[in-house]
Amino acid sequence: MRRRFEADQDSNAVAKSLAAPSSSKQSRLRLRRQAVPDDADDSEIPRRYFSGTPLGHLNNFIRFSAVDGPGNRFVLFLQGCNFDCIGCHNPYTISTCNDCGVCVGPCPEAALHLEGGRVRANRHLCTDCDVCIEVCPENSTPLAAYVSVEEIVAEIRQVAPFISGVTVSGGEATMQPEFVAALFTEIKTDPELRRLTTFVDSNGSAPRRVWDLLLPVMDAAMIDLKAFDPSTHFALTGVDNEAVLESIVYLAERRRLYEVRLLVMPGHNDETATIDMTVDWLRSVDPAMRVKIIGFRHHGVRPAGLSVREPDSTETIAIGDRFRAAGFADVVVV
Amino acid sequence: MQIDELRTRVRQIVEDPTLSFHLRRHYLAYAAEEALPYPELSPDTAEALNKRIICDLLEGPAPYRARYILPNYAKALANGSEFLELDPPETFDDALNFLLILYVNVPSITGYTVYLGDLDRLLTPFIDDVSDDHLYAALRRFWIALDRMLPDAFVHTNIGPEDGRVARAILQIDRELLQVVPNITLKVDPDATPDELIEEAVHTVFETGKPHFVNDPLMIRDLGPEYGVVSCYNSLRVGGGAHTLVRLNLKEVALVHSGDLDSFFAETLPRYSEMNAELIEARIKYLVEEAKFFEHDFLAAEGIIELDRFSAMYGVYGLAEAVNVLMANDGKAGRYGHDDEANQLSYRIIREIADFVANRPMPYCEGNGGRCLLHSQAGIDIDVDVSVGTRIPIGDEPEMFEHIACVAPHHDLFGAGVSDIFHVEETVRSNPAAMVDIIRGAFSEGMRDFTFNLDSNGFIRITGYLVRKSDLEDFDTAGARHGSATFAAGAMKNAPVTGRTIKRVVSREHRPSGTPQK
Repeated sequence: MRRRFEADQDSNAVAKSLAAPSSSKQSRLRLRRQAVPDDADDSEIPRRYFSGTPLGHLNNFIRFSAVDGPGNRFVLFLQGCNFDCIGCHNPYTISTCNDCGVCVGPCPEAALHLEGGRVRANRHLCTDCDVCIEVCPENSTPLAAYVSVEEIVAEIRQVAPFISGVTVSGGEATMQPEFVAALFTEIKTDPELRRLTTFVDSNGSAPRRVWDLLLPVMDAAMIDLKAFDPSTHFALTGVDNEAVLESIVYLAERRRLYEVRLLVMPGHNDETATIDMTVDWLRSVDPAMRVKIIGFRHHGVRPAGLSVREPDSTETIAIGDRFRAAGFADVVVV
Repeated sequence: MQIDELRTRVRQIVEDPTLSFHLRRHYLAYAAEEALPYPELSPDTAEALNKRIICDLLEGPAPYRARYILPNYAKALANGSEFLELDPPETFDDALNFLLILYVNVPSITGYTVYLGDLDRLLTPFIDDVSDDHLYAALRRFWIALDRMLPDAFVHTNIGPEDGRVARAILQIDRELLQVVPNITLKVDPDATPDELIEEAVHTVFETGKPHFVNDPLMIRDLGPEYGVVSCYNSLRVGGGAHTLVRLNLKEVALVHSGDLDSFFAETLPRYSEMNAELIEARIKYLVEEAKFFEHDFLAAEGIIELDRFSAMYGVYGLAEAVNVLMANDGKAGRYGHDDEANQLSYRIIREIADFVANRPMPYCEGNGGRCLLHSQAGIDIDVDVSVGTRIPIGDEPEMFEHIACVAPHHDLFGAGVSDIFHVEETVRSNPAAMVDIIRGAFSEGMRDFTFNLDSNGFIRITGYLVRKSDLEDFDTAGARHGSATFAAGAMKNAPVTGRTIKRVVSREHRPSGTPQK
């Protein structure tokens, strides 16, 4: 007697076609590389194809989240982002570690060391004190690791009875589309896991060909719209927003847009005129879309972000009300 | 007890400014009971009782009524009651009236009935011609009457596992009235209970900390299809109940043990397990053979309760401390809830006790094949530094998933009840579906009974019962209307239960003795 998030027909149909009971591994390979003959058995397939399953560069995962999509969800935070938002509350996920080794000495638990030119972290010794993040000249972290789809699926399987689905966030999930697609494919072809919905939480910067890679196995995306106005967007994120607006339209047309998120940063994107334009444009895309209004919080942000004040709840509630007054039925203010 | 001591006790009660009339009379009855000698026990058992290694929850030396009674309300509604001069009701309003009258005539350890019946199942046959407005208004009136006439948080009703108008109305009314009474349990059957009903219950949890969620198939496996969850989270057969509840303090058993782990299991644990059983047996025999409760109470005479549906509850608590002490004695650093070896030790301890209880014959316990039922006891307000039942100590809990993984194996063995409380962040308010997921996941992992606590509502879940934060504020000078608030106030004094940061609620159960805490 369980409800399910209603996945699009396409996703379900593709998931069904991916499920080949006798040799699921072969059918996945067939999807990616046509060079493998249909009647080849496992032993004949050269090893490089197996090692062709991409690894993911992962900052962290959490088993239970109530804030990353519908229901309780398993959430992956990938390392690396192509935006540089002043309001980012996990800025150490933006850059990738360059193995400079500056963090190794300062670690109070001696959990870091340099080996073969790479910084290695012993997760068991780590106490999450964040000293390495604080001293990192690149604003990155030495704790991001490369993980395989198998490792992640094993973690998901443990908590499967408790979750509605899996969300990939970050960092920026769409910068590692092959890994995300491979992970989602594994989920959608596994008899125990295929009921889980697969979501991506994204800044919307991905071009169509990246969404096309994900759409067959992704139930929906949640897109952050930092600002509708291009110059405000640039000031807040360091990049233009044209791709973001296109992503919203592209996903909404395919009914794969779960929600648009608006991070309210007072003095930047909260002026009445700005909100009205945002309301009008989103309504023109889909008046039934779900909108989440998030009040900016200082927790974890860098100095540039601290100069922006936190809105109080009356302000975010008022913005939510503007959306409702414009006819949006599904508005959440957090 | 000497007459002077009795007089002093009585005078304290008579002159206590914080007691309502009913509570005063309740405590005077305890004082009178304590004038009698305790039922006869072997010297070792009497000594263990004195040292509180085994504990009778201060039930009183002369049990004159069963501790927990679960009247078969369906039978009473069908047949009426001769003693109460009531015909079987035919309308919805008559049924509510009938139940209220019957409730105030049901004894229990608290003085107020601990079981109101599975209200949705009881009332649904009467509501075919009843409009939604009438249903809502009448149930709301009924709900207010329950809280004002039975002012005790251990008064408990069950709903579910099927969805229905009555269950929905109850969950809505409870959210609106924000009363301590009644305590509520939603029975959940994974196949029969829809997400919508669970989510409706989650909304009520956000406001009041109720209901508990209970694993219906697991309960039916152990108690049969007619069972009720009563008082805090005690599960027993309908038409029956528990004569008494006596608990084994596993922490104390581990502390008095000298020797290795093998001798603990070979000698110490069995010895104290038997003492706990001996105490239970003595109390049952007094109740049935001396006080002859079942021979004079009208509920038994009319078949609304039946002696051979009764059992007794064999309680355990302080498991966490016992495990940690035994591990330390063995030179190991692992802690219960955090270390696999410690957890395995905890399962072994409980399995040993469960096996003992399953093999130890007990008189007048035909409700469970002549045996006690195992119960993970919730603590009472005088407990200090000892954990509830089989729970992980407050403040020491791991993340939700690890927490459930640790305690779920215990839930399987406790037919008479076990429960865990999970403290959740405010963010779930905007995502109740996440709670539904967690509830379903917990049941699939074998949890029997659990509930949730949030900081932001006006309630504190002490163990399985609630108290309003506002009721505790003036308690010392003005008392409170609910009898259970007395115990909550005591519990609050013995351990801080502040709630700003994510913190588990202190889990202490009520202290039924009439002796005022001065």
